[in-house]
Amino acid sequence: MKVKYFAWVRERIGKAEETIEPPASVRTVDDLIGWLAAQGDSYAHAFETPRVIRAAIDHAHVKSDTVIAGAREIAFFPPMTGG
Amino acid sequence: MTTHVTIRIQQADFDIGREVAALTRGRTDIGAVVTFSGICRGREGDEAIAALTLEHYPGMAEAEIARHAETAMSRWPLTGLTVVHRVGRIAAGENIVLVLTASAHRQAAFQAAEFLMDYLKANAPFWKREEKPTGTSWVDAHSHDDDAAARWTKS
Repeated sequence: MKVKYFAWVRERIGKAEETIEPPASVRTVDDLIGWLAAQGDSYAHAFETPRVIRAAIDHAHVKSDTVIAGAREIAFFPPMTGG
Repeated sequence: MTTHVTIRIQQADFDIGREVAALTRGRTDIGAVVTFSGICRGREGDEAIAALTLEHYPGMAEAEIARHAETAMSRWPLTGLTVVHRVGRIAAGENIVLVLTASAHRQAAFQAAEFLMDYLKANAPFWKREEKPTGTSWVDAHSHDDDAAARWTKS
């Protein structure tokens, strides 16, 4: 699946998007955050406070317990500050 | 009743007069247009701000605004609605966002404009980075923006 990062999540990880293949044990958005956080120091830094991280699946906001099966694109970003 | 909906995300500035004219041209069923424009402040507390740089999530930003526009149209009898949100570097004093709501009467237009702005601030995927004399930093989200959006879900 494709993963996209925005704002300081993108800056901390050092890339805007990538394709990942997490193991089957990674079922939910929360699981995926935990798995990504273990992929290196930059990821650990980006996801050090999971409760502030927002997620979207296929362009719609989702909660952290949402199952990721079938997702084409998952995005992680900080709380929004537009308008 | 037809509702004329325009949603745009762009780097370029917008002309409020032109956008209002486009919304009302040829229509005689509109009795009220409410205009909200958000502008880049040159100061936040004691600190000067030279500019903001806005990042967005292409595709989702448009989809999220469209979802809120549909909700607004289902809640109020709107005859037209325009949302223009700028991205990229925006200097102090420049426009950031425009919301226009048109209706036969003012109450629906006022309420829908406020609803759209509250939802946009809390839910549309845009992020601001501000340029200060001390350097640049991401703007923190305010919980009062979430509170402002949440009040519309109370009956």
